Amino acid sequence: MSIASTFATAKAENRAVLVGCMPAGFPTVDDSIEQMIEMHRSGCDVIEVELPYSDPVMDGPVIQKASDIALAGGVRTRDTLKIIDAVSSAGATVVLMTYWNPIEKYGVDAFARDLASAGATGLITPDLIPDEAGEWIAASDQHKIDRTFLVAPSSTDARLAMTVANCRGFVYATALMGVTGARTSVSSQAPELVARVRAADPEMPVGVGLGVGNGKQAAEVAAFADGVIVGSALIRCVLDAPDRATGLDRLRSLSAELADGVRTR
Amino acid sequence: MTAPSLPDLAGHFGPYGGRFVPEALIKALDELDAAYRSAKADPEFQAEFQDLLLNYAGVPSLLYRAKRLSAELGAEILLKREDLNHTGAHKVRNVLGQALLAKRMGKGRVIAETGAGQHGVASATAAALLDLECVVYMGATDTERQALNVARMRMLGATVIPVTNGSQTLKDALNEALRDWVTTVDTTHYLLGTAAGPHPFPELVRDFVGGIGVEARAQCLEQLGRLPDAVAACVGGGSNAIGIFHAFVPDTKVRLYGFEAGGDGVETGRHAASITGGSVGVLHGNRTYLLQNEDGQTIESHSISAGLDYPGVGPEHAWLHDSGRATYEPVTDAEAMAAFQLLCRTEGIIPAIESSHALAGVAKIAPRLREELGRTPTIVVNLSGRGDKDVHTAGAYFGILDPVETVVPGENT
Repeated sequence: MSIASTFATAKAENRAVLVGCMPAGFPTVDDSIEQMIEMHRSGCDVIEVELPYSDPVMDGPVIQKASDIALAGGVRTRDTLKIIDAVSSAGATVVLMTYWNPIEKYGVDAFARDLASAGATGLITPDLIPDEAGEWIAASDQHKIDRTFLVAPSSTDARLAMTVANCRGFVYATALMGVTGARTSVSSQAPELVARVRAADPEMPVGVGLGVGNGKQAAEVAAFADGVIVGSALIRCVLDAPDRATGLDRLRSLSAELADGVRTR
Repeated sequence: MTAPSLPDLAGHFGPYGGRFVPEALIKALDELDAAYRSAKADPEFQAEFQDLLLNYAGVPSLLYRAKRLSAELGAEILLKREDLNHTGAHKVRNVLGQALLAKRMGKGRVIAETGAGQHGVASATAAALLDLECVVYMGATDTERQALNVARMRMLGATVIPVTNGSQTLKDALNEALRDWVTTVDTTHYLLGTAAGPHPFPELVRDFVGGIGVEARAQCLEQLGRLPDAVAACVGGGSNAIGIFHAFVPDTKVRLYGFEAGGDGVETGRHAASITGGSVGVLHGNRTYLLQNEDGQTIESHSISAGLDYPGVGPEHAWLHDSGRATYEPVTDAEAMAAFQLLCRTEGIIPAIESSHALAGVAKIAPRLREELGRTPTIVVNLSGRGDKDVHTAGAYFGILDPVETVVPGENT
């Protein structure tokens, strides 16, 4: 399903979209596919595959550790594309999140082409701002990949409008000034940021990420945003589990809890 | 030659530079850019900066004619003695400039990344002088290797945070400093240590250290009555090199040479030569040459010199390389250490191992220049730092450290 129709369906059901993030190849390629399919079956509307990168400056300790494990296991960019293929073939809506250098190295146009043929609908670029994205904008138009840039509480109104105008699918609002990772409470800056995005473009769905880790927080965010993005808390289910079966159990149960959360606005 | 007017307003040197950072940092970078431009045009700020350089840092540094070294190398060698600056390297210029800028922006806290600890010590020094809180991120591997510099920073009142992520070296310290900055950007200035990173850092750092070249150029005219045939510097991130190159860029007859850390040799894969042994990509906020694998994952660098042990290089060097204005060549650990010893023995100067790469490179180009010019070439070398910090590394390398007797407490009672 396209991102636009995923958000439209959720809106019709008066709920928010749940986006669940998992690094490709963590802890192995096959395990990560299994985890993502379980997340999809347990209520994640969108699977956000993160391409593991050696220098993830936007990420907190949990995603860093998972990425390190994936890279140490030898995961390649082409494995990430294989994973996307498997997960989208299982029926999930898949977007990729990646730092910019791996795409530049792959070749921007070739990557957009291969990403589309693997079945991903969009790309989230945490360290690529529209100002530097000329080549990506052309390639993503050519291969019909949705573009998600980030906005932050510190974004000026002018930058926010410019960024939203360059997004297609949804915009990623970073709820607070900081890196990824679950927090004890939902950021107070997030509702205002979402309102500012809506003022810039009432039609553009807004996903809120950074700091959401349980069903209660998902419900709080779902009250004002179109999408709730959860990463570190889901990854911890696997990272901290004593064995694989327990990890998958925890992943299913947290996904279900978050899915309930986005439905209890 | 168009280089002096670069970068453009968005921080691009041709295809290099720019800003590849999370949106959350853009406002702070815009504010820094505006504050820097206003400071640059403000005579009061410039006077304060110059006063600190002159009366605190010991600048302008000498341009010293190294006669015995010249005789050894068959070239007239002039050493720009940045090793004599306070804190022992060119870096003091950058940290004083940025610390003054932090104060001007009303930011009471500075953060810095450091590899060997030199930029950390310099940052802690400037923070102490200007009464700023200072936090230094340093890879856990490096805090162990450079325990003395950790102690120096703490003496100066800084907090040192060992970074245990990734490869636990300089690049990971830089990642962690960026993560801190995303979180604390309202109250904190990121005192970046080299002429790299997102715009405006490459330009701003270049300008703060640019006095090296301005002074060297004037000193050449005064001492020789002419410009040198060549200017040489070592290149890691590249701040000392861009500092001495920049004033000479319009002098197209002056050859510019940057010597990268070739480690065990570029062909072995164990090196830190981003331009001569790397490829174009994006790292730490800018597009430049870097060490990466075929998937664009950063490869760890290797060099005997901690200050050059970084897998990227400033974007202006990438541009000077592509445009052909400057020439970059690798120098191996062994070549650098031979030059280190040569300067010690001929001139009574212990250089930083970083700067020894520049000396080794000059030893290689001197015969070529001599042949090309048909006379003895005159070469200015940026002696960017002193070697006190490297005594342990060099002592171990040359096998001249006496074995230390281990005294077990209580055993002699």
